[in-house]
Amino acid sequence: MSTPKISVRDVQKIFPVGKEPFVALGGVSLDIGDNEFVTVVGPSGCGKSTLLNILAGLEQPTGGTALVDGKPVTGPGPERGVIFQQYALFPWLTVRENVEFGMRTAKVPKGERRERAEHFIRLVGLEQFADALPKTLSGGMKQRCAIARAYAVNPSILLMDEPFGALDALTRVRLQEQLLETWSKERRTVMFITHDVDEAVFLANRVVVMAARPGRIAEIIDVDLPYPRDEDMRLSPEFGALRNRVWHAVYHQRQIKEPAK
Amino acid sequence: MAVTSAGATRADNAPARPRKNRTFLVLNIISIVAGIAIWWGLSLAGLQFPTPAEVVSAAWKMIQDGTLATDVGASLGRVLAGFALGSVAAVIVGFVMGWYTVARGLFEPWIQFFRTIPPLAMLPLVLVLMGIGESPKIFVIFLAAFLSCVISTYQGVVNVDKTLINAARVLGASDGTIFGRVVVPASTPFILVGMRVGLGSAWGTLVAAELLAAQAGLGHRMQSAQLYYDLPTIFVGIIAIGVLGLIMDRLLMIAGNKLTAWQENR
Ligand SMILES: Nc1ncnc2c1ncn2[C@@H]1O[C@H](COP(=O)(O)OP(=O)(O)OP(=O)(O)O)[C@@H](O)[C@H]1O
Ligand SMILES: [Mg+2]
Repeated sequence: MSTPKISVRDVQKIFPVGKEPFVALGGVSLDIGDNEFVTVVGPSGCGKSTLLNILAGLEQPTGGTALVDGKPVTGPGPERGVIFQQYALFPWLTVRENVEFGMRTAKVPKGERRERAEHFIRLVGLEQFADALPKTLSGGMKQRCAIARAYAVNPSILLMDEPFGALDALTRVRLQEQLLETWSKERRTVMFITHDVDEAVFLANRVVVMAARPGRIAEIIDVDLPYPRDEDMRLSPEFGALRNRVWHAVYHQRQIKEPAK
Repeated sequence: MAVTSAGATRADNAPARPRKNRTFLVLNIISIVAGIAIWWGLSLAGLQFPTPAEVVSAAWKMIQDGTLATDVGASLGRVLAGFALGSVAAVIVGFVMGWYTVARGLFEPWIQFFRTIPPLAMLPLVLVLMGIGESPKIFVIFLAAFLSCVISTYQGVVNVDKTLINAARVLGASDGTIFGRVVVPASTPFILVGMRVGLGSAWGTLVAAELLAAQAGLGHRMQSAQLYYDLPTIFVGIIAIGVLGLIMDRLLMIAGNKLTAWQENR
């Protein structure tokens, strides 16, 4: 592999909490290749969001480096789109205006802005709601809007922090399929955090399993299932076997003796 | 606009709303009519109140000789001037306080201190310093509006959802853009609440200030009516103050609802 798209080198994050500092990430290393879809699972509090925020440039690591395209991350950048669990749509802007937000800050001329917004709104199937305010959208529609908004600035990387976490099971499955469809049309490097083992396996080229105290990578599991993936794939024995592996890696961590870091 | 799935659930209770509103309106009207009837009854039963008819005729006289218009004009002019100045200053100071920690540290003690003083209590000092023209009254009203509004603007800025700011940052927004396109709209609901409280406080302060020192205005009119034991005029003044206050509050509320129609669950 040439230079990885994302390279996390021994990244540490220590939060000064009270007298004893809290080690949220205790030396995490991970390479993600161009156009790879990586999912990250792990118990609550193992530092998944912290890792993502460091890559997004919203937080600084206290040790190690995070590289994107070989350059250290120093702040947010247009090549990295972020999708938050709480949607984070601007409630006073319509769907279209939300999608155009990033292009406006990038001073994209109006005509092109319109056109690109239109394209991505259609891509996520919200064309009928382009002029609706977020409050009139369902949770799934809000998240699709957030995905369109992130796509619209044309980032080469998408960082997604439990984007479907707040949705019901059915909407979730639909959005997973839709996300893969979007991703197959518009290839990006994706890091996708989730609590849901099925979701992690269904979406990923590779599943990164993290463990807590200190936050670290416990195991990386390759998912060698072909795309496009559909419902049949979900029910296949290969899928089931992978899911069981990931499940074990996530939920039987207590049996692993805590390595002295 | 297209109907959304969320819109559909909202439509379910839509027919209930107007019916409920109508019942409410009917109750309101019944209550008002009953209130006037009781007032009338009491004044006929020998209480010192003028009857509603007497008050209406006093009002009619004041309308015809132009005194009511003059008084209302004087009062409204003062309150609007003071309120406008106070709100603008409050929004500016509130934003500065919310955005810059240093400014917060410097302004906060003074604002907290003056907030505990009823603006009217400043009147004697202000009258000495500024004379008896329009400026002391407008200044006191300015103070009332400013102090009510500044804290809520500041709260609005401080409480802007951190994820929205992060969302703007990852979309490439500079600090200036974040301020103009995220912080300002996000704090509008807080500012509007502050302005409504500020308007109420300004109106109350105004009338009291006019009672103490003015040559015209609703408060002044009532004050001079008191000397002649002219109860109908006092009633006209009270009712005019209430009605005008209500109208201004409603106008501000309607404007506010328009501006913040994007808010969830309203
Ligand atoms: N600003 C902070 N100050 C102190 N501790 C923090 C801070 N942010 C995160 N932490 C701690 O770091 C740990 C990792 O947090 P993080 O949000 O990355 O977890 P997570 O894996 O995303 O969990 P979840 O799945 O619940 O979202 C948590 O134990 C949290 O309490
Ligand atoms: Mg998290």
